Amino acid sequence: MKVLSKLSKRGFLNYAIVIAFYLVFQILSVTGNLSSSLSGQLIPIVAYVIMALALNLVVGISGELSLGHAGFMSVGAFTGAIVATALQASVPNGILRLVIAIIFGAIFAALMGVVIGIPVLRLNGDYLAIVTLAFGEIIKNLLNCLYVGVDGKGLHFSLTDANSMNLEADGITILNGPMGALGITKISTFTSGIILLLIVLFIIKNLVNSRTGRAIMAIRDNRIAAEATGINVTKYKLYAFVTSAALAGSAGALYALNYSTVVPKKFDFNTSILILVFVVLGGIGNMTGSIIAAAVLTILPELLRQFQDYRMLVYAIVLILVMLITNNEKARATMVMLRKKISRGKGKEAQS
Amino acid sequence: MTEKKETKLVSVPSTTMIPERDINKPLVLEAIHLGIEFGGLKAVEEFNIGIGATEIAGLIGPNGAGKTTIFNLLTKVYQPTHGMILLDGKDTAGMNTTQVNKEGIARTFQNIRLFDKLTVEENVKVGLHNHINYHVPASILRTPKYWKEEKKAHMRALELLDIFDMADMADVPAASLPYGAQRRLEIVRALATEPKLLLLDEPAAGMNPAETEELMNNIKKIRDEFQIAIMLIEHDMNLVMGICESIAVLNFGKVIAKGTPSEIQNNPQVIEAYLGSRKEEKA
Ligand SMILES: Nc1ncnc2c1ncn2[C@@H]1O[C@H](COP(=O)(O)OP(=O)(O)OP(=O)(O)O)[C@@H](O)[C@H]1O
Ligand SMILES: [Mg+2]
Repeated sequence: MKVLSKLSKRGFLNYAIVIAFYLVFQILSVTGNLSSSLSGQLIPIVAYVIMALALNLVVGISGELSLGHAGFMSVGAFTGAIVATALQASVPNGILRLVIAIIFGAIFAALMGVVIGIPVLRLNGDYLAIVTLAFGEIIKNLLNCLYVGVDGKGLHFSLTDANSMNLEADGITILNGPMGALGITKISTFTSGIILLLIVLFIIKNLVNSRTGRAIMAIRDNRIAAEATGINVTKYKLYAFVTSAALAGSAGALYALNYSTVVPKKFDFNTSILILVFVVLGGIGNMTGSIIAAAVLTILPELLRQFQDYRMLVYAIVLILVMLITNNEKARATMVMLRKKISRGKGKEAQS
Repeated sequence: MTEKKETKLVSVPSTTMIPERDINKPLVLEAIHLGIEFGGLKAVEEFNIGIGATEIAGLIGPNGAGKTTIFNLLTKVYQPTHGMILLDGKDTAGMNTTQVNKEGIARTFQNIRLFDKLTVEENVKVGLHNHINYHVPASILRTPKYWKEEKKAHMRALELLDIFDMADMADVPAASLPYGAQRRLEIVRALATEPKLLLLDEPAAGMNPAETEELMNNIKKIRDEFQIAIMLIEHDMNLVMGICESIAVLNFGKVIAKGTPSEIQNNPQVIEAYLGSRKEEKA
């Protein structure tokens, strides 16, 4: 029984933070206290939090570096946009269409993860960083010249221009090269985003606290010892990487279906680095830190709009403060102590 | 006179360490003409050995003799450039470290290699990895099978830690253990993989005489309880002479003597190798 309660106690904090975040913003929004610019940021915040969690699975749990996670987000975003638009007529229910789009986004991003991961993760060394960096750029450029349309006959693809797809009169262009995905129906909602985020947390937590998660972390801590202990290194690195890619793909679909247009340029190297910044600031391997860092640093620029000229200065100061707090030994020790106290409190309640 | 004694002790190319005793014991490990070169340097050459199924064998020799390299060859951390390794009669050519472990060789490391950020219990559970039966979907959905297997792994981990009275440290991060306990944890983790042959690379290094004494008893206990073969590298001669049933002495990558502890102790070549190396150290 001790194991069961111990295992189930872990990671509760993250759910609590997400639900509290949801309630606060939902109340603000219902009571009309949420500025329109901020309410427009809610879904992107959720998407970036998921991105940070996904990347932290690679960087913090698996100990590999990915510099192209925006690429997986991009694959998810455009797959989601194509699927959602193509299914507009056949699946009128927005929520159902969103779910299907997210699943497809995750699957396609996972496939890209497999394609990259299988050759690269066999090698020992920091090859993943350089290959994912290239992947992010290649995907962006590929999407920049990809045209996708749908008509009565189904999906049409082209790599030259929209006309060469020869769509029928009733056909619509979904993906228009550098102009990106056009005419998307906004079907993402804050609530559905939060549910996706909770599912992502659930998946990561349960994966980490399992034989698979232990194997992944063992490889991170000592590859040679892991091999000598009978762990298949390539396999478990791949599990972590592909899971992460899938989660990033789901975030991408959620993100894209919050806008009427999305351009490939949105998911460039800067976005990959921004997500990495969330992970590093929140503390490598610290999921709670990733949630907070991604949320705070996405909201902040919006909140700072009123400061105009001082915006970047305040942003920089907050960055430094977050870094000092999350990566400082003493501060971390305090956090650990606080967390222990909280969980001990919970334990007592459960016992009594 | 020296020559005569050598031929009696080292019966190359016979692989058995002590022919009289090993004939009736099935060999769990056999290495034949094993060797490796690092860019011309022959780190290990013509290494022949056979280890009985429940034997405690010692591998000794001066610093840099090639002892750890032999462990690295047996576990395929290095691929041998010569010879072959038979594990329970099965050729391990083409296998990697992971596969060799699954086939039954587990080891500890001279420079401790624990999973630092994991707890003591988790380190042991990584060792149990291939004996925990559920897959990714079961762990994500937390099926009854997951709970059952995790509970089983938890009990087993504590049981194994109990060999060294370490069960009370289960929740401590491995990196924060004292040095001696880290060495013991490596042994427990290796045992968790259910090996047929356990390789211990200087298990008593850094331990005080009392700890070493306890370790000796525990190594014997492990062999008796688990019925496995153990091969150990050790500089502590009390330990080696006290528990090893057979000993091979290595110098400059070559076996210079094999035999029982008393035979080794009285072998002039062995004495010379050790004295020689001591002279070098002084110089
Ligand atoms: N990867 C390698 N590349 C080149 N040379 C190596 C390599 N590994 C070991 N050696 C060399 O092989 C020889 C034997 O080293 P090894 O570590 O096996 O010695 P050892 O008997 O374990 O010594 P010690 O008692 O100090 O642990 C040394 O000369 C060492 O420098
Ligand atoms: Mg050595």
